[in-house]
Formats: sequence, structure tokens, C-alpha cells
Amino acid sequence: MSLDVNIKKQYPGFALDVSFKTGSKRIGILGASGCGKSITLKSIAGIEKPDSGRISFENSVWFDKEKGVNIKAARRNVGYLFQNYALFPNMTVKENIEAALHVAGKDKNRAGSSAEIIERYALSDIKDHMPDELSGGQQQRTAFARLMARDPGMILLDEPFSAMDTFLREGMRLELIRMLDEYDKTVIMVSHDRDEIYQMCDYLILMDKGRVIAKGDTDELFSHPKTTEAARLTGCKNISRIKRMSDHRIKALDWQGIELLTDETVTEDITHAGVRAHDIVPGDEGVNVFSAGRAQISRLPFEWYVTLENGLWWKRGRELYDTGDESIVPEYLSIPPEKIILMKNAGS
Amino acid sequence: MDFFPLYNSLRIAGISTLIVVITGIAAAWYIVRLPRIIKGILDCVFTLPLVLPPTVVGYLLLRLLGPRRPVGAWFMSAFGIKLTMTWWSAVFSTAVVIFPLMYRTARGTFEAFDITLKQAGETLGLSGPYIFFKVTLPYCKSGMIAGCVLAFARALGEYGATTMIAGYTPGRTATISTTVYQLWRTNNDGLAAKWVIINLAISAVVLLIINLMEGRSGRIGTVRSSGKNES
Repeated sequence: MSLDVNIKKQYPGFALDVSFKTGSKRIGILGASGCGKSITLKSIAGIEKPDSGRISFENSVWFDKEKGVNIKAARRNVGYLFQNYALFPNMTVKENIEAALHVAGKDKNRAGSSAEIIERYALSDIKDHMPDELSGGQQQRTAFARLMARDPGMILLDEPFSAMDTFLREGMRLELIRMLDEYDKTVIMVSHDRDEIYQMCDYLILMDKGRVIAKGDTDELFSHPKTTEAARLTGCKNISRIKRMSDHRIKALDWQGIELLTDETVTEDITHAGVRAHDIVPGDEGVNVFSAGRAQISRLPFEWYVTLENGLWWKRGRELYDTGDESIVPEYLSIPPEKIILMKNAGS
Repeated sequence: MDFFPLYNSLRIAGISTLIVVITGIAAAWYIVRLPRIIKGILDCVFTLPLVLPPTVVGYLLLRLLGPRRPVGAWFMSAFGIKLTMTWWSAVFSTAVVIFPLMYRTARGTFEAFDITLKQAGETLGLSGPYIFFKVTLPYCKSGMIAGCVLAFARALGEYGATTMIAGYTPGRTATISTTVYQLWRTNNDGLAAKWVIINLAISAVVLLIINLMEGRSGRIGTVRSSGKNES
């Protein structure tokens, strides 16, 4: 019961080389745009053909270059939610769903009649509308209903919320989570938004420039990224080169050379340390205390971004410090030793 | 009034349009899949008749199809058929002149086709023919028809290449455009004006059809955006 992907594809100026294997049912692929995550998803769906490698899911081999296997997309039975939803523009909502049922009827794999599906996904009011008359949210719901009509063995979500504005995104995210709750098979989501991925996925693959730079349990990757690239992708704002002083002591070269105690053992191969912007605490108690110095403050609606004199970024909810007086930034701050992330510099 | 020129013009335009609809769509379908450099070169060749003066096209065709030229001479000796100075000689010249119109419209339509629609069909398990007839063709249909009507309209007006390769023989090769010139040249202004009015009427109808097509295709032509924001 697992998905095993190991593929390569060469493009002019870009090489895709991805491999991962997981039994998780909620898989996320996180990376900047152009990192190859969409091609990976399309290769799994069978609408993009890798140059070499192998893809297998559960007990069936979908692609195997050496053995000349390449199962057609139509026979992999995956539900693919396209970034632009790809609703057939010449068909109404109802006809779009019936188009999917048209084949499903033959392979006895359908999830119900079109009336049932329209009812289940609350599309009754818009069933006779053309796709271009629908809002982004309605289009997505229609596309989701259409792919579910075939009772897919796996669902692939390609940047499902990127075409929506922020206001709408949160609502649609909750709606999609709710719809996916009833689905107990594998879901893979591709996104450049770490919040989306964190919310929806147990297993995470981090990609950069066509390669997998880290993979594993989502919580683990967010709390202990092993490389600077992984740390950046998971949103770690503060990363510094270090000099190892002892097993639990480092000198942070990019933060005015402050010396810090760490919980984790500093091995010889550690080159960088990081701390998340919200993990820095005010006050002069404990260890790893440093002076804030001359700080610069960016005032956002609900939080402060404070750039401390030594270069560290500190993030705080504004209600805690918006007391009106000038001393918004405390004189001393500290970094709890357990919050220091130790990592290797991989490449860049 | 002898209506032969009208009949002749319509049959030449009709047959040459039929030819370019098939060849133009096939060429466009083929070319959008080619690598960029080859695509660029072929695109130039296919579009050339659009920018060349029709007399240049006529000259080149005569060099090829004339009785003492390679293709023309071979046809003469093999079948005893003369390729120039007959009514269907004008089909060659007209087809070449209007080919770019059909080809370019068809190419634009294929290039605008949203490939994710085809991919969506595939992941939904739809068959190739189903996707082609129910999704791709309806999406491209109005563009194709517009190209076809435009090519036909241009075919009716063809003069330069046609007059060189088919000449003007009343009752045999005369078309509306060559007749108008001939009548004006011989000071038969009244009759020339009648043909001008007929020509204007046909062209107006054709353009009206194009506009109606475009108005209707607007509905399904704008689907690539992700839609309005939810209210």
C-alpha cells in the first residue's frame, strides 16, 4: 500500500530528478514555482512522460522505462484537480459531471448518478451554468465533483488555491479539507504555500530546482530541517553560518558573532544554525541572552517584524507590545537552546 | 446579362476553399507540434503568399505549371492536359493565395487551445475520440469557420495570380474580378458597375457572417481565466 516514484526528465536548462516512497495517504510537495513539482504530479497522473525511471502505486506499475510500461492516464484512475480547474467550457456544470460519468458508467466505477453528485457537492443552483459564469470557488467545487464522479483511486491537487484571492482561499481550504475528510485514499497536494501543505499533509517532500531536498514526516521537517535549503523552504527567517566551539556551543558568525548554547549536539558537519522568528523570547533570564540594540520595526496589521541590531528577525503579535510607550522592543532577548536548529549547507 | 462570371467565381472560390480547409488545418495541426526552429521556417513559407503580390505568385505558378515548364510539360505528355488558361487553373492560383488565411487562423486556434482540457479529459478516463469531438473540436470550431469564411471571401476577390494563369476568356475563364477589369477597359461602365455591386453584396454578406460567428464564439472563447471572484 504505497506510492513509489523514481523519475528523471531532462528539459533545456532544467533537469527533474525526483524519488520518494511513502505509504502516507496525505502527501505534500512544497517548493517555489518552477521547481518541478507540477511536472512530478503530472508524471504520476500520466499526462507527462518522464525520460526514465519508475512509478508504482499499491500493486500496479504505472510507468517503468526499462520494461516499457506506460499505463495511459485514462487507465490510472486518478482524480486530478487542475490549477485552472480545466472545466470543459462548452458544457454546463451538469454536462461536465456527466462527461466523467459517461466513461465511469462503462467501467462500473461511478460514484452515483449526476443528480446525486450535484446534490452531494451543493451544485444544484448552478448546474445549468457554463463554467465561465461561475466564481473561482464554484469552478473548483465543480471540478472536484467531476473528478469524484469516477471514484478515483488517488487524488492529485495542483496548487488548488493559487488562482484565488486570499480572502476566498481560507474558506476554500476548509471546504476542501472537509470534502477530503470523507476520502480515505491517497491524496497528493502540490503547493508553494507552506501553510496549506502543513495543514493538509502528513508526509512532506521539499523540492528545489528539480530535486528533492528533503522528505519525511511533515512535523519533523518543519521542526528539524536538516539543511539550510529545507529550513528556508519551511519558512525559517534566521539562518547564520556558525563556528563550532564545542559539543553544545556555537558561534553565530552572521549574528555579530554571539555564542549560543544548543540542546542538540553540534557534530563536525554542522555549518549553519537557524532560529524561527517567533521562537526568540524577550527578557534577560536564562541562557543565550543578547542585547536588542538598535532595532528596526515593521508594523504589520497584527504582528510586528523586528529586525534586531545583530541581524536577527523577531516576530511578535502586536497586542502584546502595543502599549503606546516607546519601549516596544525590550532591552534583552534570548534564544532557548532547544529552539536552535542545526543544519548542513547543501549546495547553495 | 451573362452570369457566367458569377458562377465561375463561386465554383473557383468554393473548390479552392475546400482545398485549403483541408490542407490549411492539416498544416496547422502538424506545425504546432514541431520544434521551434523548423516551426519558424515552415511558418514563413506557409505565410509567404499573404505578403507577396499576387502577380509574383502568378509568375511562380507559371514557371511551374506552364506548358513548357517541369510540372506542366509532364502533365501535357502524360495526360494531354494543359494546366494553364483553363477555369480550374484559377483554382491553383486562388488556393495558393488564400492558403495562409486558413492556415494562420487554424494555427492560432490550435495554439489557443487549453491543453489542460485535453489532459483533464484523459485523467477522467475519456477516450481520445471523445475528447477530440466533444472538447477540442467545439473549442476550435468557431475559429475554423471564421478562417474558412475569410478564405472564401478572399478567393472571390482574387485577381492578380488568376489573370496570369487563367487569363480572361469570356464564357470560359472569366471571373467577376477579371470581368470588371475587362468591362472598365472597354468603356462598358454600366455593366462594370453592376458587377461591382454584386461583388460588394457578396463580400458584405460574408463579412456579416464572420462577425456573427465571432459574436457567438465570445461565449466559449474566454474560458481560460479562472473566473470571477466569489461574492
